[in-house]
Parts: sequence; C-alpha cells; structure tokens
Amino acid sequence: MTQHNTQQAQRQAAMAVLAHAEAGEIAARLRTIPLPGHQDLRAPENGLVMLRGRVGGDGAPFNLGEATVSRAAVRLAGGEVGFGYTLGRDGEKARLIALCDALVQSRDFAAAVERDVIAPLREQLMVRRKQAAEETAATKVDFYTMVRGEG
Amino acid sequence: MYVAVKGGERAIENAHRLLANARRGDQSVAEVSLDQISEQLGLAVDRVMSEGSLYDRELAALAIKQARGDLIEAIFLVRAFRATLPRFGASEPVDTGAMRVQRRVSSTFKDIPGGQILGPTFDYTHRLLDPSLAQGFVPEAPAVGEASTAPTPRVTDILGRDGLIETSPQAEDGASVGDLTREPLNFPADRDLRLQNLARGDEGFLLAMGYSTQRGYGRNHPFAGEIRFGEVEVEFAAEDVGFAVPLGSIELTECQMVNQFKGSATEAPCFTRGYGLAFGQSERKTMSMALVDRALRARELGEEVGAPAQDEEFVLSHSDNVQATGFVEHLKLPHYVDFQSELGLLRKLRKEFAEASAEANAPDAMKEAAE
Repeated sequence: MTQHNTQQAQRQAAMAVLAHAEAGEIAARLRTIPLPGHQDLRAPENGLVMLRGRVGGDGAPFNLGEATVSRAAVRLAGGEVGFGYTLGRDGEKARLIALCDALVQSRDFAAAVERDVIAPLREQLMVRRKQAAEETAATKVDFYTMVRGEG
Repeated sequence: MYVAVKGGERAIENAHRLLANARRGDQSVAEVSLDQISEQLGLAVDRVMSEGSLYDRELAALAIKQARGDLIEAIFLVRAFRATLPRFGASEPVDTGAMRVQRRVSSTFKDIPGGQILGPTFDYTHRLLDPSLAQGFVPEAPAVGEASTAPTPRVTDILGRDGLIETSPQAEDGASVGDLTREPLNFPADRDLRLQNLARGDEGFLLAMGYSTQRGYGRNHPFAGEIRFGEVEVEFAAEDVGFAVPLGSIELTECQMVNQFKGSATEAPCFTRGYGLAFGQSERKTMSMALVDRALRARELGEEVGAPAQDEEFVLSHSDNVQATGFVEHLKLPHYVDFQSELGLLRKLRKEFAEASAEANAPDAMKEAAE
C-alpha cells in the first residue's frame, strides 16, 4: 500500500512537470534514453474538462467554464500502462506524457526517465517560475496612509 | 411566427467570399498571426475565453481573427466549437489561495501578508496615447526583486479568522454542482448556477449592472477586499488513472468584494461578500461579477428586493451575449411572411378607419351643402 502510494506520488509529480512542458521538449529529452517497445493503448483524443471554482474561493464548488484537454494511453512491451492528460489540444504531447507515465512505473526505466527527462524539465520550469516571481516581486508596493490636517 | 425562405445561394456564397477579403484587408499589409493575437492582444483573448466559456488561448485567438476583432462574434464561434467536443468530466475545484500571484491588491488593508503586488496593470497609467508604440517599440526588460516564498492568503480568509466576515457556503454532502450547459436555468437559481451564469456573462452588461448598484439601485456598500490574478494548477480525477491527474495551469482573476454588514438578534454583525472569478486577466469583469453576485443575494440576506441588479430572473436571463445577440440580430433575417400579414392587417384597419371617418363626416357635408 505504501509502495503504491509512493509510486502514485511519483507519477503525479512527473505529470505535474510534463503538463507544463512543450511536446517538442519532452520528445527531445526522451530521445536521450533507449526506449522499450511500446504501443498506443488509446490514440490521442481531444475533449473538454469542466473547470470548477469555489464560492468565495473556499466554499461550495461551481462550474466556471470548460477547457480543452487532450488524453492518450500507452502500453510498454513489459505491460506497464501509462496515461497522459494535458490542457490544450496537442495529442502528441498527451501521448508523450502517457509514455513517460508508463516509464515511471517501469522498474527498468523509472530512474532513467526521472534523471534524463523529468528532472531537467522540472529544473527548467523552476527557473521560469523564479524569473516570473522576481519580476512580480519588483512591483510589490507599500501604500502610506496620509494623515489629514498635517504638513 | 418565423417562416423560412429559400434562395439566394449564389449571393450568400459571394458575400462570404467578399467577407473573406474584407477580413484580410489590404493584402500588401502583413497578415496577423494567432501568436501575435495571443501575445499582443492578450486581454481580448482572455475575454473571449471567459465569455466563450472555453479555456484555450489558441482557439480564442483564431476566433478573434475569424471574427475580424468582433469579440461577441468570436465568443459565439468558441461556444459553437465547444459543442463539437466530448466532455471527459469536471476538474477538482481550483485552489485560488495557492495561486502563483502576478498581481494582488486590496483596497481594505494596506498591510496584507504576502504584500500588495501591482503586477502588469493599467492602474496609475496616465491614459495618454503613446506614439512610441506605433512602430518598433522594444520595452525595457522587467525590473526584478527578491521573490518571496511567503504564502499569500486570501484577504477574506484573514477577516474570517476573527469572524468579521461571513463564511463561504459549503456544499452539502453528495450535492451535485449545477450546470446550465446541461440543464436549462430555472428560477430561483442556486448560487452555483448564478456564478456560472455570471462567469460566462457579458462584461459590458455586468459592468452596467454592477455600476447601477453603486449609483443606488440596490446599494450594497462594496470594498474591493482583494483582487488577485495569476496561475493556478488544475487537477482532474481521471477514472482510468485512478487518481487526480495534474493537467497544467490556467490563469485566473479573482475578486473578493467585502460588503455591508448584517446581523440579527441571534447573530453578531459581520461583513457580507460577493465573489467574482474569470479566466485570464479580467479585473473589470470579476469586479462587476462580484458586485452583481452580492446584489443577487438580497433575497437570501433579507434585504428589500427592487433594483434591476437584484432581480435574479432579469439579470440571469439577459447576461449572455450569445443569446442576446442571437435574438436581437435575428431581426435582420427575412421576415417577409410575418411582415406581409402585419401589412395586411394594417391595411384592413386603415380601410375601416377611413370608412368610419367618412361616415362620421357625412352629416357635416350634408349640413354644409344645406347652408
């Protein structure tokens, strides 16, 4: 059970990085590892997910509006099944995420895909976020309340 | 009754060819790309995504290009596209408290944990046209500061800790979330449906309705408790995967309006609230939405209901610009049979009127003749 939870956390963490990368970036990273045989279990498909918010930010959920989502599933020759879901309509990206998800579950490939694909993409994502956070931080402001009847 | 007409195929085809040319404009001028629209007309894209009720920047940019910049037409195109795709399900509710904020201001507290962050804003600009933007403008690189890792709790959460503001209504166990794209809207509508309607609603309509409450038609004494804009992560509990799958992030704007307080013999007085949430950077939209959301709570809060913005059926039935434009603009389609029957009726009435007048005048005529 614990092992199952650990693997689930790893898969989620990998997906959280991959969803932010471009298909071309994932493909380029994947080319650096010798891939096992694999096939599409479900060809990429585009659809919608209804995005939900909460009343007041923390209350009951409500439907805000939909987003386009692409999804796919891939099976490795070893039997591992990976799933790929991503915002947008890039079916190839969904397929690559599914392939990575299958590799993350594979005893033989989990380390390689983490080291050569996910870790560098995570690093890149963190750099991008840090840059944005620093630019945002420069616009932090202190408002002073003017005291009436003085000066 | 509307009676259909036939014919005019050639003229329609040629009109659409002419439209394609008008859309392209002078072909010696470079064609605008979807990337250019998405990057440089980003707020138009945000509006089309919000009111088209579909988060997809590229599709919204295409719709704006196809609609020649007519945003309501673009929203219409996006809504029609959405109907062609299957729905995989609904996301986990997004956590705006965990937003990577790019902008966050409060008009109620100057010292909020995490600070006031102006971000990319038109506020405090002088609204003078800038001729340097006309061509070849290269902006200075953004300034950088030290990024803080401090959390940025919602201002309403801070007020909530002291019980100074009402808590957000929680969902009852097993309650389904209303969806007006699946079930027609009935009145009275619950808050989830009202918010969904307002989130898709026309910005101009909501702006006017919100403004009307400020001018005294259903006054609710608002403060902008907090406006925040930034990225939130989206997760989707996919059945085949068996856990909540991260889908990536979306940009959202949230407005927490803090409004006049209420209390009773049994409840201590506290501030009430109105809520706004929309795709992209949509401040005017979310502020207006929050004002109208609060106004529509008049009945629930035991306030006198009389102003247009407090009239749920009026507001929710007229907020959708695709429905509105469909009904207004259908007036220009051929109504020849309709009009012929009206014309026939009018001619008959006029004839009867003329005959009645002639009869009424007849005695006078005889009298005149006698004199």
